Amino acid sequence: MNLEAIIFYFFSAITIVAAIGVITVKNSVQAVLCLVLTFFSAAALWLLLEAEFLAITLVLVYVGAVMVLFLFVVMMLDVDFAAMKQGFAKHLPLGILVGAGLFGAIYWVIRFEVFGSDKVAEPAKHTQDYSNVEELGRLLYSEYFYPFEIAGVILLVAIIAAISLTFRGRRDRKGQSVREQHQVLKEERLKIVSMKSEKIDSGDDS
Amino acid sequence: MDFMQLVTEGLWIVAKIVMILLPLILAVAYTTYAERKLIGYMQLRLGPNRVGPKGWLQPIADVIKLLMKEVVVPSGANKTLFLLAPILFIAPSFAAWAVVPFDAELVLSDTNAGLLYLLAMTSIAVYGVIIAGWASNSRYALIGSLRSASQIVSYEIAMGFALVAVLMAGGSMNLGDIVEAQNGSALHWFWIPLFPILVVYWISGVAETNRAPFDLPEGESEIVAGFHVEYAGMAFALFFLAEYANMILISVLTALFFFGGWLNPFQGIPYLEPATAWIPGTIWLLLKAAWFLFMMIWLRATFPRYRYDQIMRLGWKVFIPVTVVWLIVLTFWIKLEWGWWFDGRGLAQLAQTVGGAS
Repeated sequence: MNLEAIIFYFFSAITIVAAIGVITVKNSVQAVLCLVLTFFSAAALWLLLEAEFLAITLVLVYVGAVMVLFLFVVMMLDVDFAAMKQGFAKHLPLGILVGAGLFGAIYWVIRFEVFGSDKVAEPAKHTQDYSNVEELGRLLYSEYFYPFEIAGVILLVAIIAAISLTFRGRRDRKGQSVREQHQVLKEERLKIVSMKSEKIDSGDDS
Repeated sequence: MDFMQLVTEGLWIVAKIVMILLPLILAVAYTTYAERKLIGYMQLRLGPNRVGPKGWLQPIADVIKLLMKEVVVPSGANKTLFLLAPILFIAPSFAAWAVVPFDAELVLSDTNAGLLYLLAMTSIAVYGVIIAGWASNSRYALIGSLRSASQIVSYEIAMGFALVAVLMAGGSMNLGDIVEAQNGSALHWFWIPLFPILVVYWISGVAETNRAPFDLPEGESEIVAGFHVEYAGMAFALFFLAEYANMILISVLTALFFFGGWLNPFQGIPYLEPATAWIPGTIWLLLKAAWFLFMMIWLRATFPRYRYDQIMRLGWKVFIPVTVVWLIVLTFWIKLEWGWWFDGRGLAQLAQTVGGAS
């Protein structure tokens, strides 16, 4: 067993254990952290495939941004575990059915006859000066330029849709206008009153 | 590969990591000393001057004190996560140094995705903060970690855009290549064409490291010490160490991206360049980084803390638009080859490569 195989099995084991942890751990914050670990070890597996751009982007986008927001939301939730467990037995058959169906579908696609090591050729090893980032950029901006641009436009539409969904119309808030705040002069806010100092009787603080 | 060769290579890499981290930790210790002394002088105080000659041993005494203290785990805290959080905070801030070049050949990992790796490492440091706040089972800590998370996520966007501008100007994601692209003279450095980006990057960097005036996550006057309020002893020291390591990292990166890294600032000037040619590049890099480190301390001594809505406004409504606009300006700048920064990367070059490819 060479070094690559050891690294592969090490990170595969972490990926699988962490992925199981996501659905079995009771604490929801720990479940999210398990998901983070899954992404992380998956990124390590991608590094083994010499796809460093994808691996680092996975960490950057999913671990660094998406999961942070996830964690944010989960931390604020007040989860009642007793209420969640109610009706567990009632929904179990349906759950098992859906799970089995999903497993079957995935298995059908990546079963050994289709995806086995004799069917899919081993990816070619590249020399040291091969740069995954450059290759990906070249492909995206030449051969797959239109799909890439279309994906960008779809994402833009999705952003606008998300914003318009959460935008609940203009509300007359009492929020501060920074521009107005900047233009405030001392004379408008501050009134200096001249008055005689009051005499305080010392020793008597009743 | 032979097994023995593997072991020696692994040990050599470990030795290199130690050669980066040991000076880094020492630099962190003396940055705290410099900070206390400088702020002391700025406020007409003396600063620490009791331990050792002129207080030089003060950081050592602090380290020993922190090592001796007990790590207290609050009751009701999630013990595993509570102890894991400082490690999660410090690991990325150390790991980021793997791609930082100290001289033309002096870099641990000369990877082509260096810039992306840096961005990824700085973005995952936020987990330490969030988990610390949540696992402490304390209101102050939770509020601090929420503030920190939203602040880091917001400023990371501006920082990411700023790095996109840097990689456009440098034409590479390899940090060494970015510095080499600035070769020529002090006027060839990217601080001129990327000036707005430099400002945005620098301020975002200060905000990312939770430094004053962006130290809302640990605002003493409101939430005691924010996300690390429950930490003591070595666990607190790790947070402290990571924060200062991040400060040094941001300073070094600013020097690398905008101020020519290890390049001699007197390059191209007669008499001065040959006279300073003997100074190694690492010294120049560290001097430039030290200046930015000084600026960070200066900022802390000068500015009051921001109001929270102003922080968010600055990040989202000012910095992000500025970077996006400057990206467009920069595109034209590069393609029209204005000035002397982007020689050979204009439209003529583009037509040549496209013609050659088809």
